[in-house]
Amino acid sequence: MSIIVLAEHTQGVFKKKTFEAVQYAAAIAEKLGTTVTAVAVGSVADNELQTLGQAGAAKVLHVADARLDNLNARAYAKALVTATQKEGAKVIVALHDVTGKAVAPRVSAALKAGLVAGAVSYPDTANGFVIKKTVFSGKAFAYVNITSDVKVVTLMPNTFQVKKGEGTVAVEKLDVAFEDKDFGIQVKEVNKVTGAVPLSEAELVVSGGRGMKGPENWYVLEDLAKELGAALACSRPVADAHWRPHHEHVGQTGGTIRPNLYIAVGISGAIQHLAGVNGSKTIVVINKDPEAPFFKAADYGVLGDAMEVVPRLTEAVKKFKEAHS
Amino acid sequence: MKILVCISQVPDTTTKIAFSDNNTHFSTQGVTFIINPYDEWYALVRALELKESGAATDVHLVTVGKADAEPVIRKALALGGDEAIRIDVDSSDPYLVAAQIAEYAKTGNYDLVLCGKESIDYNNGSVGALLAGFLDMNFIGFATSLQIENGTATVKREIEGGEETDACSLPLVVSCQKGMAEARIPNMRGIMAARTKPLKVVAPADIQALTNIVSYELPPAKTGVKMISPENMDELVELLHTEAKVI
Repeated sequence: MSIIVLAEHTQGVFKKKTFEAVQYAAAIAEKLGTTVTAVAVGSVADNELQTLGQAGAAKVLHVADARLDNLNARAYAKALVTATQKEGAKVIVALHDVTGKAVAPRVSAALKAGLVAGAVSYPDTANGFVIKKTVFSGKAFAYVNITSDVKVVTLMPNTFQVKKGEGTVAVEKLDVAFEDKDFGIQVKEVNKVTGAVPLSEAELVVSGGRGMKGPENWYVLEDLAKELGAALACSRPVADAHWRPHHEHVGQTGGTIRPNLYIAVGISGAIQHLAGVNGSKTIVVINKDPEAPFFKAADYGVLGDAMEVVPRLTEAVKKFKEAHS
Repeated sequence: MKILVCISQVPDTTTKIAFSDNNTHFSTQGVTFIINPYDEWYALVRALELKESGAATDVHLVTVGKADAEPVIRKALALGGDEAIRIDVDSSDPYLVAAQIAEYAKTGNYDLVLCGKESIDYNNGSVGALLAGFLDMNFIGFATSLQIENGTATVKREIEGGEETDACSLPLVVSCQKGMAEARIPNMRGIMAARTKPLKVVAPADIQALTNIVSYELPPAKTGVKMISPENMDELVELLHTEAKVI
């Protein structure tokens, strides 16, 4: 019956989160006594496809159609549905990201399959198929049981450590009966941010709030982020005041992130902000207000002025890197 | 052009979340409900702008919920919109919610269906894409801008690590996020007008939920913050390396 997983790639290269999704599917497969079939769509080289074996894929189905190089929810879903039917699969896994959120629900609609979006645990199959997911924008978790025969799960990226093993995998071509209407969306323009770490995938994040006083002070955070190799984020008032671009806004009405390290500078820690970041593994709060509620949610706190503390931290990181290189 | 806007009611963003009945139910005691911000600020306001500019003829609002969802849908009508539909069933299952809206939408010949990128209660972010599947329409998610000209939509949307501009002929389902429109506050005229706008209650179609919530859990409380002297950032870096193991 096998388990289907969508293997997302960026211009023909698989990202860490793709291996995380394949590994997640492999763990479910082991539980259910079956194997993982990864589905890749668009232009990817065979030797790249074979690397999915390192995360536990037993087989790769490749829809080698260049029309799928750009995200197309309708066509991607059709590829997954075709693969699911070919393999007789009962579980389909994708990532809870821009691609997975567009594609997985469409697979759910097509196959009458119950959907858990944003899983943060493996399914508990002792009593049904129960998966933990975040709800109320990170303020709580829900345990959701999928009752349908076919099940769709999207995994929250950066939930599990990726441990790549050995192994390559057989690649087969998959033919999908596409129709003209599957390509009704024309891509006019693509603007990719190059160089910077995308916030949703960043393991380390440096974030600033109103306590930074103004956009002209952001250089201290940029310096720290550069030294750490971290992405930049901000709180809502900062984005609303146009000190920083909206895509950097994290919190209940912005992005939800789960980095390994979140350094919050000059952010008081309103409940709406915490909701977007409390999945972070370690939180450092730098604030000059001892009453800032964020300290209660932090692992490490520094009471002090951002403009003095942050450059010192940047220096300390630099020293640390030199000592450990 | 007819637009259908999907509206969800959610707990106010400042709500402290609590559960009852052995953590099996969300405790609504003392909770203020609001229109899901993504539905209100972006999807609804953009639909109203399209009507004001003459691009759209009708803006209908739809919600899935029991009678307790009516104050929120009235509030949405106070911002604008010609009529509202409430599908009389309560569920946290995205498949069921979207399938119910799709059954209704099929009767209305809508050219454009707008929703928020996700609701801030269950965070599935899946109703728009599910709807597009049920209605066999194209779907563009995470849109930050939407223009309509001669039956063709031009949409800017977030993609992995950037932004893309797409063109697509109608009908189309779009999920909206920040950038799409500026939030509005209902005025007294809107509030008065909303009282007399039609609010149809529709019986749900015979559709089964495919998921159910077994229980809830609050995140574990942090064990307490370790304060570091602002003079000693070397210590913080060392702790992040040896204790937290994140650098």
